[in-house]
Amino acid sequence: MTIHFQSRKARLALGFVMGIAFGFLLQKAGVARYEVVVGQLLLKDFTVLKVMLSAVVTGMIGVYALKGLGLARLHPKHGSWGASAIGGLIFGVGFALLGYCPGTLAAAIGQGNLDALAGGLIGIVLGAGVFASLYPGLQVRVLSKGDFGDVTIPQLLKINPWFVIVPLCSAIVAFLLWLEASKL
Amino acid sequence: MSWLEMKEWSPYAVGAGIGVLSWLAFVLLDTPLGCSTAYARTSGMIERLFRGKKVYEKPYYRKFVPAIEWEWMFVVGIAAGAAISAGLSGAFVWVVVPEFWALHAGPSAPLRIAVALAGGAILGFGARWANGCTSGHGISGTLQLAASSWLAVVCFFVAGVLTATLFFSAFSG
Repeated sequence: MTIHFQSRKARLALGFVMGIAFGFLLQKAGVARYEVVVGQLLLKDFTVLKVMLSAVVTGMIGVYALKGLGLARLHPKHGSWGASAIGGLIFGVGFALLGYCPGTLAAAIGQGNLDALAGGLIGIVLGAGVFASLYPGLQVRVLSKGDFGDVTIPQLLKINPWFVIVPLCSAIVAFLLWLEASKL
Repeated sequence: MSWLEMKEWSPYAVGAGIGVLSWLAFVLLDTPLGCSTAYARTSGMIERLFRGKKVYEKPYYRKFVPAIEWEWMFVVGIAAGAAISAGLSGAFVWVVVPEFWALHAGPSAPLRIAVALAGGAILGFGARWANGCTSGHGISGTLQLAASSWLAVVCFFVAGVLTATLFFSAFSG
């Protein structure tokens, strides 16, 4: 039993408000800047990883706690080696050339980056459209290869999720402390 | 100076804020936060302008119906939120060629737009291939400990680091 909103209007309004909060946060962290994203990929500026990893630690502990209280359900995405690994590598190439990701691109447009608007936005919509056309063939030939379903890491290891969450979050915090100590 | 007008917040404060947003998404919307689906729905909506209702017969658009959903409003909200943040701190500025790009690849605006267009197309294609992006897999999926997301995000960064390194060494070499 969860308590989420069902009505379309409420979901659209809530999506918009949460988007404003997300965009505000991305802009304040500087991760909507081309320099910061490319700096991360050149391993010179670790702002992107700092934001992502602290979001993952906060989110993971909270969402699993909410799940324990019956207030949230997990929705892990279905995956396969053909889809997640190959798609991930293609994404990475585009990520480096564009210097924004789909989320930070919208934030970059909001702060005035015209390369994000005139180049990136049109490109992403075009790429998604081409994929939609090729989807039936790719599904048979590649995406279904090495399918492992919508499994989570604790399910794979057949252990209580907190035996993964506690060590993993500790390791992430240690890594972030090391980044700070190394002045990265 | 009020904290809303500050140019930059600590990345850890921002990350924690995004983590809290993810709690709200799970509780209030029963869904993880993600961005790239909105772009796929947009491409479907544009295709509908040319091909009409036939678009709905495409298997991919049967899965992701081309319509305005909460994620679409979420992505529009991101642009609005960033504009508000940049406006409050005086950081809003129209830029075509980012400074770092100009330093390495020169000041040509058409070149930057062309590479952003090509990069965007590859990124959009890859995001749908992997079924998620840096938000849907990179944050929402990894925090759920989804196996698909941890695999995808490692691949995002491996290919991203290699491509960025090769790209910029081509200009400086």
